[in-house]
Amino acid sequence: MEGETHEAVENKSVSNHLKQRSLKTNIVDVLIEKMFFLFGMMAVVVLMLILYFLVRESRDALVEVGILEFLTGTRWYPSSPQGAGYGALPFIFGSFMVTIGALVISVPWGVFTAIFIAEIAPKRVREVLKPVVEILAIFPSVILGFIALVVISPIVANVFGLTNGLNALTASIILGVMSLPTIISISEDALKSVPKDYREAAYALGATKWETIKIVIFPAAKSGITAGIMLGFGRAVGETMAVLMAAGNAIDLPLTEIFGVHLPNYLTSVRTLTANIAIEGSDVPWGSLHYSSLFVIALILFVITFIVNMGADLLITRQRRKIKND
Amino acid sequence: MLKIVPNEQTTNKQEPNKQLDPIFETKDLNLWYGEDQALKNINLSIDKQNVTAIIGPSGCGKSTFLKTLNRMVELVPSVKTKGEINYQGVNIFDEKINLVELRSSIGMVFQKPNPFPKSIYDNIAFGPRVHGKKNKKEIDALVEKSLKGSGLWDEVKDRLGDSALSLSGGQQQRLCIARTLAIQPDVILMDEPTSALDPKSTLIIEELIQELKQNYSIIIVTHNMQQAARVSDHTAFFLNGEVIEFGQTDTLFQAPTDKRTEDYITGRFG
Repeated sequence: MEGETHEAVENKSVSNHLKQRSLKTNIVDVLIEKMFFLFGMMAVVVLMLILYFLVRESRDALVEVGILEFLTGTRWYPSSPQGAGYGALPFIFGSFMVTIGALVISVPWGVFTAIFIAEIAPKRVREVLKPVVEILAIFPSVILGFIALVVISPIVANVFGLTNGLNALTASIILGVMSLPTIISISEDALKSVPKDYREAAYALGATKWETIKIVIFPAAKSGITAGIMLGFGRAVGETMAVLMAAGNAIDLPLTEIFGVHLPNYLTSVRTLTANIAIEGSDVPWGSLHYSSLFVIALILFVITFIVNMGADLLITRQRRKIKND
Repeated sequence: MLKIVPNEQTTNKQEPNKQLDPIFETKDLNLWYGEDQALKNINLSIDKQNVTAIIGPSGCGKSTFLKTLNRMVELVPSVKTKGEINYQGVNIFDEKINLVELRSSIGMVFQKPNPFPKSIYDNIAFGPRVHGKKNKKEIDALVEKSLKGSGLWDEVKDRLGDSALSLSGGQQQRLCIARTLAIQPDVILMDEPTSALDPKSTLIIEELIQELKQNYSIIIVTHNMQQAARVSDHTAFFLNGEVIEFGQTDTLFQAPTDKRTEDYITGRFG
């Protein structure tokens, strides 16, 4: 009988010990979990605060001028006492012009480079090329802007016989180079995620390497590559410093008539949404309508990049799902 | 004769004493992955319009051997080969060999069904198209014939435009067989074609193999000894990169001459 009680006591103490330990681990577990949650939520909170701030500061101008004037007006004289104009269309136009110009350069270049790295390049070449592309991504944009200023713009001026090479074309070239790394690395990921089975199947059916890439691999990676292009677009449309240094920054809607069609003239100076905020933001009187209208421009920029990035995200998810399905 | 060599100067070796012409003949075939030797002095003669099964434990080189027959093994960069594989009298390692032609004459079906993420029709039409067929009617006819050949036609004829990925695993594998038939090969290599399938689909594929051997030479790698016994005419037993025994399937399973073959087929290892 004595032995039994002794045993029971011992059992009890063991279970107590276990309880204590599990309680302690539980608390630590919960705390750590909460901490991670907090950090995660903080990013969302910061994003919300930025959005809130943008909307709050742009409210005055939105109420007084109206969003339509911003989106369609072509006159930008926000600080003129008489006949003030708040048309941001030249900036929207300028942003899209240089961004699309940049993509015309970077999409073929980037996609072909991605195909080369993912499918064709021997291991050694790949090992050199990948870090080079990554270095391009971390280059400070002011340096690239400087290169545009002193190298690219004189060449552009020379080739086209202009007195000044600071224009939409020069900006497009440098932005094209800047959006390359994004397009290359996302496209390469998309190509790499195409299952090996597809390649084997195509080769076994007697397809050449090029046919395999063209008919099988590229179509399977298409949505991921499109996402890369959209992220490249986001990169180019949001870039400020380089474009500020290269585009000349005249407020203009440069159209030229070719065979009766109005087309944007890339050989004239343009100002982008980002450049305008950078130029005017530093010396605008706080709280003025001009100040508020710069926030409307920021809001427009935010909406454009938000939509493009969301779209890219959706495409990347779709690509992943498509490949997981089989 | 098959035109895998552009300049036709190779002559068929005459072997009148054989009842059946061999489709493949390997001579002292050796293969290395880097430093590791995966195939050692393989000398096999594989008959036409027959089913030849290759069995052996994992890592014995049976899949490597199969992939060497259409030189798919060379997709692994470190591969080195020595020796000869004569395919219809032509050494496939010859410098003048056109790999595209070789592979359109030797079809391959993989372990895991691997249809392209395209429509059923486009999957079958892929081979004919890359081999230069443009005529829609001709391709249509070939698609139908190939799908009938793999017994899938009745199940999919009304939805050829659907994604191939919407088919079941067994149907996908038969689609892959049809895709191979569409390149009109002489040989079909099968690398454990039923290992990812359920028993019912396996049975369908095994019956299909019996039908296909009327027109094609089939070489099948299998993990499943019952399958080898059921479907094949000849069986080769591989172990550590060597052929231990090769002969009539019945003989090999009922009266193996080598102790190691006996141990393997009676389930003592592997």
